[in-house]
Amino acid sequence: MELKRKDLLDIKGLDREEIELILDTAESFKEVTGREIKKVPTLRGKTVVNLFFEPSTRTRTSFEIAAKRLSADVINFSVSGSSVSKGETLLDTARNIEAMRADFIIIRHPASGAPHILARNLRSSVINAGDGLHEHPTQALLDMFTIRERKGKIEGLTVAIIGDIAHSRVARSNIYGLTRMGARVRVAGPPALIPAEVETLGVSVFYDMEEALSGADVIMVLRIQLERQGKNYFPTLREFARLYCLTQERAGHAKGDAMIMHPGPVNRGIEISPEVADGLSSVILEQVTNGVAVRMAVLYLLSGSGEI
Amino acid sequence: MSEKVIMDQLGIGRALSRISHEIIERNKGTEGLVLVGIRTCGIHLARRISEKIREIEKSEVPVGILDITLYRDDLLTKKGHPAVRKTDIPFDLAGTVVVLVDDVLYTGRTIRAAMDELMDFGRPAMIQLAVLIDRGHRELPIRADYVGKGVPTSKTAVIKVLLSEEGMEDRVILRED
Repeated sequence: MELKRKDLLDIKGLDREEIELILDTAESFKEVTGREIKKVPTLRGKTVVNLFFEPSTRTRTSFEIAAKRLSADVINFSVSGSSVSKGETLLDTARNIEAMRADFIIIRHPASGAPHILARNLRSSVINAGDGLHEHPTQALLDMFTIRERKGKIEGLTVAIIGDIAHSRVARSNIYGLTRMGARVRVAGPPALIPAEVETLGVSVFYDMEEALSGADVIMVLRIQLERQGKNYFPTLREFARLYCLTQERAGHAKGDAMIMHPGPVNRGIEISPEVADGLSSVILEQVTNGVAVRMAVLYLLSGSGEI
Repeated sequence: MSEKVIMDQLGIGRALSRISHEIIERNKGTEGLVLVGIRTCGIHLARRISEKIREIEKSEVPVGILDITLYRDDLLTKKGHPAVRKTDIPFDLAGTVVVLVDDVLYTGRTIRAAMDELMDFGRPAMIQLAVLIDRGHRELPIRADYVGKGVPTSKTAVIKVLLSEEGMEDRVILRED
């Protein structure tokens, strides 16, 4: 079994076998990241370019470490102070990078669909590291990996995704992935942060935290995107925290062995209380560790598509 | 197309017994000795050899597992990637005598990859190679220290090692076109 695609643009387009292949492969790469010499020669001579049009520490670093552990060369292209600020178009920037023989372009962009434009026009493999309000496929893959590792399966689990669903590409990718893998997905948050007709994606909607958490196996808390606020989706952060912050007491409504996830960066005391974020059920740092293994698996599998 | 059994269950058993004795003799016992099987058949053979050494010497020789996929030299030139599975070497390699175990020695490229991977895990005092079948056609300067059976083959022939651990009857098959 191999991944027969040049690019990883979204989870929506992946079938269950492809997701399982990526997760299985990531398991082997997790073993590599636990070695004393955490490096294999697999992608020697390949070039990976990180093209980030939005700030990011975790995802960019994670991709960089993943590529380096596969012996690829990594170039971080930061947008400020580059030709982009001189008015170059996205496609021109990417074409220039490709002309320098980049094999992989990892792109994060505020516009939904930006990675798709590159994928259509370039021979390099394009990996979406987050596009606008659309998708963040590698985050969903590492979340599914972490769930499967802890719970032994995804099928049949109840996963509650809490918070700003409307602005979250992490939520969107996870909804596509988790439902495809057979989990029951619930979303909960203030009505203004629940996208209209989200039920058509196969999830159930809750506006009350206790109800949403009741009997959940997995609680996935999303970051309140302060930079996207100021548009009055809810009156104040304090009110949001009072109604939707994941506190110890609220987490108690989920199953006793429920795991608590957050894609980071955490706004402590707003969407999740510090005791819960640092508590025994929290797998937040495990998610970060697994992110490297999952991204190694994606780079490895895409490099086998034979088109680069 | 002709197919013939070149080794049966008894033959495989005897070859592994002899290899086990030779390993003990050559290394003057089992002090510092470890076995590392190359996925998939090499693991089963390494476990069988470890079992035989235990019967002969009454000592435990640990067995590790090597998946050489990430060290292959044809990864970036071939279309489609083989599945990557886990390497599991649950002991320190520094200063040990490693006996690499594989089913068939052919071009030597797998062994090159295996040695490179082992070196990334530690610095063994010595690496030796045990194979059930040596079919010739080396492309690298590599030879085996312990050989179950040398089989002259043409380059188009296929050798299959079937083992009970994989749900088959123990035998080695040579298929010529």
